Amino acid sequence: MTELTEAIQPEPPTPPTTASAPSPTPAVPFPQDRTCPYHPPTGYDPLRAERPLGRVILYDGRPAWLVTGHAAARQLLADPRLSTDRGRPGFPATTPRFAAVRHRRAALLGVDDPEHRRQRRLLIPGFTLKRAAELRPRIREIVDERLDAMIRQGPPAELVGAFALPVPSMVICALLGVPYADHEFFEEQSRRLLRGPEPADTLDARDRLEEYLGRLIDRKRTAPGDGILDELVHRPPSEGAVDRAELVALGIILLVAGHETTANMISLGAYTLLRHPDRLAELRRDPALLPAAVEELMRMLSIADGLLRQATEDIEVAGTLIRAGEGVVLSTSVINRDESVYDDPDTLDWHRPARHHVGFGFGIHQCLGHNLARAEMETALGALLERLPGLRLAAPAHEIPFKPGDTIQGMLELPVTW
Amino acid sequence: MRIDIDTDVCIGAGQCALTAPGVFAQDDDGFSTVLPGRADGAGDPMVREAARACPVGAIMLTGRSRSA
Repeated sequence: MTELTEAIQPEPPTPPTTASAPSPTPAVPFPQDRTCPYHPPTGYDPLRAERPLGRVILYDGRPAWLVTGHAAARQLLADPRLSTDRGRPGFPATTPRFAAVRHRRAALLGVDDPEHRRQRRLLIPGFTLKRAAELRPRIREIVDERLDAMIRQGPPAELVGAFALPVPSMVICALLGVPYADHEFFEEQSRRLLRGPEPADTLDARDRLEEYLGRLIDRKRTAPGDGILDELVHRPPSEGAVDRAELVALGIILLVAGHETTANMISLGAYTLLRHPDRLAELRRDPALLPAAVEELMRMLSIADGLLRQATEDIEVAGTLIRAGEGVVLSTSVINRDESVYDDPDTLDWHRPARHHVGFGFGIHQCLGHNLARAEMETALGALLERLPGLRLAAPAHEIPFKPGDTIQGMLELPVTW
Repeated sequence: MRIDIDTDVCIGAGQCALTAPGVFAQDDDGFSTVLPGRADGAGDPMVREAARACPVGAIMLTGRSRSA
């Protein structure tokens, strides 16, 4: 880090203890596993001390910039000179699985403007704040059905399988027009797509999802339903029809991103609350705090930790030059704990303004489903606390498994009782 | 204060309507609009937060806000 970079950064109100590191640290491997599921990996500590940019080494030995400062992240995520077109030569890959599918047709996240802009505009009406608000009663019904089933069966329960995964899975199925009866298939293929374990698993999962969505789309041509995919299939050519391959690519990202991410936020959010009994008690006393609590959990948990970009031109940020062709990785977990923006950033505190976190990303690729995700998280976590007043972990906290660092963060299992 | 929205840039994220619902809304296509009679910000202190929350910088504010 250059002196110039440090000189133009605002003074953090509470400097991290390691901020006085005199020399640039050697490149840190990225990604790393978290040690606590709701904190960034302790292996990123040297990078936190070196905002707003550090150097990391990816799995294939290639170096990349790691963006760690909040202002730099917002500047870069809004900069059209950073591409998300993963098919570009030299685009950074954080796992061999990602590298295996990087030449498959992408949609939304994975393509740049103007293609991205056209696709996003097709989908905006289905994901507005108003649409999400209209869906809340249906979300509450789904949430209550799952909780009824859990309560009927009696404690203990495994909350990922019984609640955190089925709720967003049912919601996205209803919204897109995907039959929930197929959930075991697409949940399994989503898991393989995101977590492999081998690149061959990821490729195979991608093949199967393409085949599944292709067949579903073909059926919708003759038997239309009332989901977003149905609207896209039956879009009048005068408004710009969407071809089958593009529909399939859009369907995959909407289906996978539509349930995996929210499921992880619900499971990890519940775990985090259960690990903070005082905060949990406060939220039970005053459910009006839920929206602020969800926002703070989005900031703190940063489950999509490692947004990938590549510079298409030289870009200067905070006095540092990122050269054309270089890989740029944005660690949302580290960015969202920038001490110059958030006081005491490692503490869960929804009385702070958690606004402007990058948990949903920023720039043109900011999460399309963020309004829906907020509605789901508020409803699911709110109902969970309301209906299970005695909810607690059913295993020692440190023994509960969570996801490795090279994928979307969340709990693998969450044994609870009440 | 005057609020201008660049609808060419807007991606319909709805962050403005979420942050300052007294001033911003999303139209049927999802794009940001200023509610009737609120183009001067209506003295709402959240207008600046809404502009800052916009992921694509589509909201331009000119002049001072009434409450400033």
